[in-house]
Amino acid sequence: MIVNRKPLTLAERLYLPAIVGGFKVTFRHALRSLFGGKTVTMEYPEQKWAVPPDYRGAPYLVRDQDGNTKCVSCQLCEFVCPPKAIRIKPPGPAGQLADRPNAEKMPEEFEIDFLRCIYCGLCQEVCPEEAIFLLKDYSLTGQSRGEMIYNKEKLLALGGVHGGIQKWKSKLEEAKEQENFPVKV
Amino acid sequence: MNWNFIIFSVVKIAIVVGVVQGMVAYAVLAERKISAWIQDRVGPNRAAPPFVQAIPGLGRVLIRLGLFQPLADGLKFMLKEDFTPAGVRKVYFWLAPAIAVIPSMLVIAVIPFGSQLGHQQMVISDLNVGILYTFGIVSLGVYGIVLAGYAANSKYPFLGGIRSSAQMISYEISMGMAVIPVFLIVGNLNLSRIIGWQAQHGWLALYSPLSFIIFLIASFAETNRLPFDLPEAETELVGGYHTEYSAMKFALFFLAEYSNMIASAAMMVTLFFGGWTLPFWGLDHPAATLAAGIAHILVFVVKMLLFVVLFIWVRWMFPRFRYDQLMDLGWRRFVPLALLNILITAIVLWLLPVRN
Repeated sequence: MIVNRKPLTLAERLYLPAIVGGFKVTFRHALRSLFGGKTVTMEYPEQKWAVPPDYRGAPYLVRDQDGNTKCVSCQLCEFVCPPKAIRIKPPGPAGQLADRPNAEKMPEEFEIDFLRCIYCGLCQEVCPEEAIFLLKDYSLTGQSRGEMIYNKEKLLALGGVHGGIQKWKSKLEEAKEQENFPVKV
Repeated sequence: MNWNFIIFSVVKIAIVVGVVQGMVAYAVLAERKISAWIQDRVGPNRAAPPFVQAIPGLGRVLIRLGLFQPLADGLKFMLKEDFTPAGVRKVYFWLAPAIAVIPSMLVIAVIPFGSQLGHQQMVISDLNVGILYTFGIVSLGVYGIVLAGYAANSKYPFLGGIRSSAQMISYEISMGMAVIPVFLIVGNLNLSRIIGWQAQHGWLALYSPLSFIIFLIASFAETNRLPFDLPEAETELVGGYHTEYSAMKFALFFLAEYSNMIASAAMMVTLFFGGWTLPFWGLDHPAATLAAGIAHILVFVVKMLLFVVLFIWVRWMFPRFRYDQLMDLGWRRFVPLALLNILITAIVLWLLPVRN
């Protein structure tokens, strides 16, 4: 389809109305941001944005409601991590036992290199124990490369207690119920 | 030639160059701040030396205004690596920034920025052919840009250089023709005399508004400012003629651009808005006292800064002209219009009785 363009009027060809219009618009905006305080700038360190609930920030280890380590050192996250940012040292046969019931072991050391991490969330997805979550931290900084490798204590401290999910608790209760056979429905 | 003259000239040159350089630095700040306000932003508001933060109240205001940003910018330009890319034509590559800066500084030499302080006339050189000198020097400015585009040996700077050569040469013609009516009316090429005439008869912008409008638009084109910034159209040419430059050499192009802007603002004030005179408060005749002399300089600077703000304001208002539109406007609109303006002024002056 051919759209016929209307020839410009004399006023339009002189640019003058457009110039006046431009001055008006820019002056209004300048006044508004100067005296009205209506700027769109978010002055970052002082003002922070509301992080959306499903935001994928830095992955941290979490504890359960009882304050115990949820991670059982299965190393699935280490295996699935695309940039190989996670390094887990399992306790080995003679290592420390897990600090919670219904778990055989917990990691001796668990490191995430945040210079490598790409915040993809695969570790959270793969974790069978729901022990690692992408939380809301988005501004990780450090003075050296070494500082950006977070160890187990740091990750657990930053992750905090994760409410809600205690995967093995219902299983434990079910097992206890088994002893009082027949099962009450 | 006496020692007095030499010493006072050197002092004036040093002060004027220093003031212009400082103005350039703060014009960049003004550019960033005004653009921010127009675009509903805040603009630079962080940079400050530590001792300023310690000043209660006032320090915070100064930082919010970004008054220390030019210092940080300047320092950064000095500390950056001055990189010379492989494959550039080295001699021209080094020469181009200097050739761009020197004319922009030289133009200011003939502009009377005040009446007198004591017995010293506040103009570096009171040339009888002031305006011819200005046009001669201004047309040198294009060499720096063309040479930069050529020396970089890279296609985008080259395109920028070509664009600027055509643009600056075309607009120089309409610019030169625009001011002819001014000299027909005044009958003198000396800028101080032009100001003197305006003090007696009123601002020339009222006598020859068309000249002023053509001169204003042509000086936007001459200084490569939007809407005529084709030589450095970032969206089309990466950075324009200075794409390959870095650090202090890049800063020199920046300096040239802004001091051109200041110089053309000064020219417009001198030619069309009475220079250092004001028609009231007795500021329209050369100063007898020191205070009046300083007042004249302030009047000139304020008028000039208003034009600099206009330059900056317009930049954040208009889209860029297309190349053919630019040429069309220059050659087919402004040149005939300027010629007509000369003709009409000449006829009117011929018909009117001789005034002085």
